[in-house]
Amino acid sequence: MSSKDNWKIWEIFIRSRNGLSHKHVGSLHAPDAAMAIKNARDVYTRRSEGISIWVVPSDEITASSPDESEPLFTPADNKVYRHPTFYEIPDEVGHM
Amino acid sequence: MKDQLLQYTLRLGDNALILGQRLGEWCGHGPILEQDIALTNIALDQLGQARLLMQYAAEQKGEGYTEDKMAFFRDVTEYHNCLMVELKNGDWGRTIARQFLFDTYNYFFYTALLSSADERLKDIAQKAIKEITYHAQWSAEWLIRLGDGTEESHRRVQESLNDLWEWTGEMFMMDEVDKAMLEAGIGVDLNRIKEQWDQKVSQIIEMATLTKPEDGWMQSGGKQGEHSEYLGYVLAEMQHLPRMHPEAEW
Amino acid sequence: MTKEMNLEERFQAYVDGENKVEPKDWMPEKYRKTLVRQISQHAHSEVVGMLPEANWITRAPSLRRKVALLAKVQDEAGHGLYLYSAAETLGADRMDLVEDLLSGKAKYSSIFNYPTPTWADIGAIGWLVDGAAIANQVMLCRTSYGPYSRAMVRICKEESFHQRQGYEILMSLAKGTPAQKKMAQEALNRWWWPSLMMFGPTDDNSPNSAQSMKWKIKRKSNDELRQEFIDKTVPQAEYLGLTVPDKNLKWNEERGHYDFGTIDWEEFYQVISGNGKCNKQRMKARQDAHNAGAWVREAANAYAEKQAARKAEEGSAA
Repeated sequence: MSSKDNWKIWEIFIRSRNGLSHKHVGSLHAPDAAMAIKNARDVYTRRSEGISIWVVPSDEITASSPDESEPLFTPADNKVYRHPTFYEIPDEVGHM
Repeated sequence: MKDQLLQYTLRLGDNALILGQRLGEWCGHGPILEQDIALTNIALDQLGQARLLMQYAAEQKGEGYTEDKMAFFRDVTEYHNCLMVELKNGDWGRTIARQFLFDTYNYFFYTALLSSADERLKDIAQKAIKEITYHAQWSAEWLIRLGDGTEESHRRVQESLNDLWEWTGEMFMMDEVDKAMLEAGIGVDLNRIKEQWDQKVSQIIEMATLTKPEDGWMQSGGKQGEHSEYLGYVLAEMQHLPRMHPEAEW
Repeated sequence: MTKEMNLEERFQAYVDGENKVEPKDWMPEKYRKTLVRQISQHAHSEVVGMLPEANWITRAPSLRRKVALLAKVQDEAGHGLYLYSAAETLGADRMDLVEDLLSGKAKYSSIFNYPTPTWADIGAIGWLVDGAAIANQVMLCRTSYGPYSRAMVRICKEESFHQRQGYEILMSLAKGTPAQKKMAQEALNRWWWPSLMMFGPTDDNSPNSAQSMKWKIKRKSNDELRQEFIDKTVPQAEYLGLTVPDKNLKWNEERGHYDFGTIDWEEFYQVISGNGKCNKQRMKARQDAHNAGAWVREAANAYAEKQAARKAEEGSAA
């Protein structure tokens, strides 16, 4: 924050309709959560894009680091037995 | 009775139109992008309501009237909005204070209008009340934020409240049109609205750590077509193009 | 990948593979800087671009036109906001970016330094200026930086009504009274050449373009985009019955494109360097809004802090 009149950044998540998860749509500035929600309504749902809003201060999000992405994510690639196509079931059995 | 319903419709429509026009002046000049967008949304709501009401007024009037003829070809004395909405925007604090005083009035007014015997006004109220509920909440929050913000914001918004106060009384003055509409079950009891308004406004002003101005002399006349000097300029700007080309379509 | 491939080469290979770069990924410092500069200029353009059109909100000649224009100018504020947000993912602070604009350090699209003296200019802006902007933005939907690309997708979706709004205004004028038709033609005369300038200098005079293309920040050259725009727009002018103010404009069967006259780049550089009719006016409007808003933004922060302190106190008391 460079000065007293700089509002902090919030990440905005919108549920577009019931049955779907909230999805990250972007960010905006607001001094507090209450206004962040109102701002999100005006900025990100002007065309009826949402029915529910989450706001999270950007600096409270902890993200994984791309440097660690190999140890974090590649081991999962080696575990093909977690996927249904790993197992062979004859066609006659039908869909399973 | 017919004339009175038309005038009643125009009072509502002109409030929405002139306020929408005023708020439109802010677009591109707000204190921060997020709030530029927020205030423009309110302006759009007001103008949307204005159109519905102008369309209804035009139908009542007949004679080939349209929403645009209603908006662009009536002169100052034929406008029936409250004086407060035609006042200049001033700074953000003044715009918020006016919005708060008017939105709160509008909220109780349109809530009451939901049970109007006039089907058309009732329909319009049903659509408008959701917007107005949001406006009233938004402007009350901003009033509190500015009142209880910094010394400067407190001082500015208090001054605005003081200056605006004499323009609030008119909203609740019942003249013959108001009385006739109330009797017909179409209109709203402004005495009742005044009580509700007083209570809500006092509560929010207190939360904002501001002082409610004393009731003193109240300006009036807008509803009957007796306006301040400001409206002429608003209309000159708004109407000049259609009036310069009266036969044109846009 | 060979062992000696350094980070920059790996980055280039990654981008060449049509992969998107995300905020925390490693990127060459110059890529980051180019993006911050380009995205923030784009954001400034959206915000300054509100002004020439906002100029007509209070004077729009029908209520339908008034709400459409108001909604359009509001969208531009939104688009400025999305773009600033994209720049912020690169570690920039919106307030600093705005200050660069207000101090004259940062640039914005020169087109917005032209005035809108008549209502027809609002039609011409929607049709031509938004048309040119859309050509550029459609390309940018495929830009290599993820947040920029996502902002552009959103913007393109929203902008689709902008150009139609402008064209519809001109249709009404073009089939209207002689005075209206004249107004429309004059607006086309005013905006045609500046719109072509929006795509920037010719490719041989655009030194930064090559690197941007290589990094897939830009996907098409200035001249390519300009030609596409002309080819698309000339038939639209014909439909309106208006004349494009270029004597050398002619369909070239062989090229499959319109040939067109020489752009007055001297005018372009004059306007960029501050000599457009509205440069000072636009800048002053932005400065005034920012300065007049300072106490408001500050008050909102002060209130938020007080509220947070009260909440903390309640919490500790309980």
